[in-house]
Amino acid sequence: MTTNTVNRRNFLKVSAIAGGGLMVAMYTDAFADLLAQGRGGGAPAPPLEPSAFISISADGVITIVGKNPEIGQGIKTALPMIIAEELDADWKDVRVVQGDVSQAKYGGQSAGGSTAIPGNYNTMRQLGAAARAQLVAAAAQTWNVPEAELTTSASKVWHKASNRSVGYGALAAKAATIPAPALASVALKDPKNFTIVGTKKPGVDNHSIVTGKPLFGIDVNLPGMKFAIFEKCPAYGGTVVSANTDEIKAIKGVTHCFVVAGGANSLSSGVAIVADSWWTAQQARKSLKVQWKDGAAASNSTAGFDKRALELSKSEPMTVTRKDGDPDAAFASAAKKVEAAYQYPFLVHAPMEPMNCTAQFTPGGPGAGNAGKLEVWATSQTPGQALTGAAAIAGVTPADVTMHMMRMGGGFGRRLANDYISESVAIAKEVNGAPVQLRWSREDDMHWDVNNRPAGWHYLKAGVDASGQVVAWKDHFVTPGKGTMQSGSANLGANEFPARFVPNFAIVQSINESGIPTGPNRAPGSNALAFVFQSFIDELAHAAGKDPVAFRMSLMDQPLVVPPPPAAGAPPQGGGGGNLFNPARMKAALQMVAEKSGWGKRTLPKGTGMGIAFHFSHSGYFAEVVEASVDAQKKVKVNKVWMVGDIGSQIVNTSNAQNQSEGCIIDGLSQAMGLEITIEAGKVVQNNFNEYPWIRIKNAPPAIQADFLLSANNPTGLGEPAMPPVIPALCNAIFAATGDRVRSLPLSKHGYSWA
Amino acid sequence: MVFDFVSDFVSDFVSDFVSALCLLPSAFTMCITMAYTLNVNGKSVSVDVPGDTPLLWVLRDSLHLYGTKYGCGVGQCGACTVHIRGRAARACQVPVQNAVNGPIVTIEGLSADGSHPVQKAWEELDVPQCGYCQAGQIMSAAALLATTPKPTDADIDTAMNGNLCRCGTYLRIREGIHRAAGQTK
Repeated sequence: MTTNTVNRRNFLKVSAIAGGGLMVAMYTDAFADLLAQGRGGGAPAPPLEPSAFISISADGVITIVGKNPEIGQGIKTALPMIIAEELDADWKDVRVVQGDVSQAKYGGQSAGGSTAIPGNYNTMRQLGAAARAQLVAAAAQTWNVPEAELTTSASKVWHKASNRSVGYGALAAKAATIPAPALASVALKDPKNFTIVGTKKPGVDNHSIVTGKPLFGIDVNLPGMKFAIFEKCPAYGGTVVSANTDEIKAIKGVTHCFVVAGGANSLSSGVAIVADSWWTAQQARKSLKVQWKDGAAASNSTAGFDKRALELSKSEPMTVTRKDGDPDAAFASAAKKVEAAYQYPFLVHAPMEPMNCTAQFTPGGPGAGNAGKLEVWATSQTPGQALTGAAAIAGVTPADVTMHMMRMGGGFGRRLANDYISESVAIAKEVNGAPVQLRWSREDDMHWDVNNRPAGWHYLKAGVDASGQVVAWKDHFVTPGKGTMQSGSANLGANEFPARFVPNFAIVQSINESGIPTGPNRAPGSNALAFVFQSFIDELAHAAGKDPVAFRMSLMDQPLVVPPPPAAGAPPQGGGGGNLFNPARMKAALQMVAEKSGWGKRTLPKGTGMGIAFHFSHSGYFAEVVEASVDAQKKVKVNKVWMVGDIGSQIVNTSNAQNQSEGCIIDGLSQAMGLEITIEAGKVVQNNFNEYPWIRIKNAPPAIQADFLLSANNPTGLGEPAMPPVIPALCNAIFAATGDRVRSLPLSKHGYSWA
Repeated sequence: MVFDFVSDFVSDFVSDFVSALCLLPSAFTMCITMAYTLNVNGKSVSVDVPGDTPLLWVLRDSLHLYGTKYGCGVGQCGACTVHIRGRAARACQVPVQNAVNGPIVTIEGLSADGSHPVQKAWEELDVPQCGYCQAGQIMSAAALLATTPKPTDADIDTAMNGNLCRCGTYLRIREGIHRAAGQTK
């Protein structure tokens, strides 16, 4: 094996792989801030150092490493597509493999904040282009012709003048001996010549998925593997006082039962049962008797939160997030006044694959630097953090940890937290040798989500002048937290729309004391704020006697207030919105969705209405229209949804873009209609899908029309920003159909159900 | 087979007997473990597990057939859908002692190479997002097409309503079933 490493950073590392091939790795430390911006709260971002691998075997197979965790967002297909595009590979020659967790080999790896495309797009292009340059140089040497006479396409280098071509496989060994060009110097394609990016490419794991091959975390199987369950206090934050571990250990098939103290790295206090089979461990759990000590959440309840929110709304706010002009005076003198209280519940993520992790601790021996080795098969959206935490819990260094990234049966922000990985490692350390798979049951998954979407309460008042302009807006936002600090992802940023667009504007805040852990859930912040603000704006439009589209256009006509610079060290804004919001882009999206949906142009039958909403988050501009019919029994049928999104100049994979759009919209409809987590004595009341009814196929809309407005902006992410507007668009459609304004979610609490 | 009735009778008797034993206090015994012979994907296999073990865990943990997925354990999500005697069944709701009369077909046995029309349609249309529920979706879809070769949207919605997809792939599932049925919409 030969290696040519050209400097340390921003250069390609080239090495021949076994059998004669080309391997490319790239190191750069760009985009560290993107993840932080896109995250609505929760765990801090890992340092981002993206890298990727390309290897070409002598027989022409091009293997590209997908470096990021795959949660169903399609990144394992998208990032390799970008590399393959600039490499001028034939996609049929490309095989994609999942990279393991390794800062040193791959740099940062994460799935969150819709940041993977904006954070990696240019880097992936440069990587592919640099490898292509090496192949071209190899062909030039082979044929003794100038590089300028060579072209590439479909995994071949061509010399048109002599009508010769050679496959990448035949060039790979020679290319590996040629130093890679500096990434910044490589020429990139004109996007109009793209043949892979911007086309429809089915997911690279599809064949394995449809044939049932093991792929996911829960599919890991190792010789001698044991199975574990981990029982925690039913109420959040409770700890173990004592447990009948000896009785449990006596049960046939159970090999271990012990108390885990809990501590750093999101490791909870609890009781582990390890057995020869998961079913045995799960059955043994029925005999487990634990005495718990209450934690901070034990006094929390949904009824208590609601009561306290109302009290807080009538008191002076604790903090002022933003104040422009004199909202109270402007409200008092406004031609039309609207006051309304909006509310939304806690939500869990409940991805289809419950939390699980497999870990094996191999003990070391005496002497320094021999603390043992840890191997982990993890499902994590933040595997870098998971690895560091796992090392700490196992008492080894990160270098002693090998972590494999398994495909995930959904993420949605749940797997940004690594609590279950910490539990799995703590159990494997105690078992000391055998591999152990920790599996949460669905009930565990519902009860112990540590990134709950926070509930929230908004007490709004706004005034419109005689011409229909919004002149006053005040939101007393009541949000879960402690003291004067809100819980994770429970913030409302000072620049959330319509901040800056109303001359007399205030956001004030009070904290509803809570011990419920909250954090990012798909489109954090935005998933709730869009519902509140786009519903309330609809109320104002109707109060002003204006068409909801025209009213929104007028509201966005020009920003009235220059945004303040973000304070040093300020936490990220909910939804990644705020200062970056460009009204011209949103107006274009709104205009286009109005045209596509025939807004104001179609006569609808009685009981059918159209609702519109827009929201900016994660750098994406999305406007959506829902057409819904509502019958006398409040049964709702969504007839069609139209979406227009502006996520920049390029859609990477048009098939996956449609999938993510449909997924976001169906997710939002689910949440709007039926999802609610309630708390009693600090415990999540809901246990399984029958009490947390995700939408089913019968109620999915017959049609979703997703269009993209390509704009001269850098490409950005799609997995989150398409979701928030559909919730208020549905509520606004119900208002249009019935005259009933719904101000708290879910709709099912107001007697609505799917038709 | 001529002796189906007899074997059904015997196995039901055994099942009832084992179920009764399983009601004993757990401190006394977990459950009687015994060998069960199953017909899975055309092969006869024997597993030595407690009779109340759900078929789901026998398929996954004893037979290492990982395509059948765990989603809820209570028959709410359909991720564990398999065919038992040609009909869609939720493997999490079938104790192994009740599965001995098979035959059982899992996603791994639906076709040798992914060539079942539903599998092909799923790949062509890029139906999966996370993909976790899709084996169950495909097994339900295949069972539907076996009895209703040209389903309407309403037929599809009725047959597929027990299969949750958290990612929201429902529109492509409808389209995929039509395509597998040879119908383009």
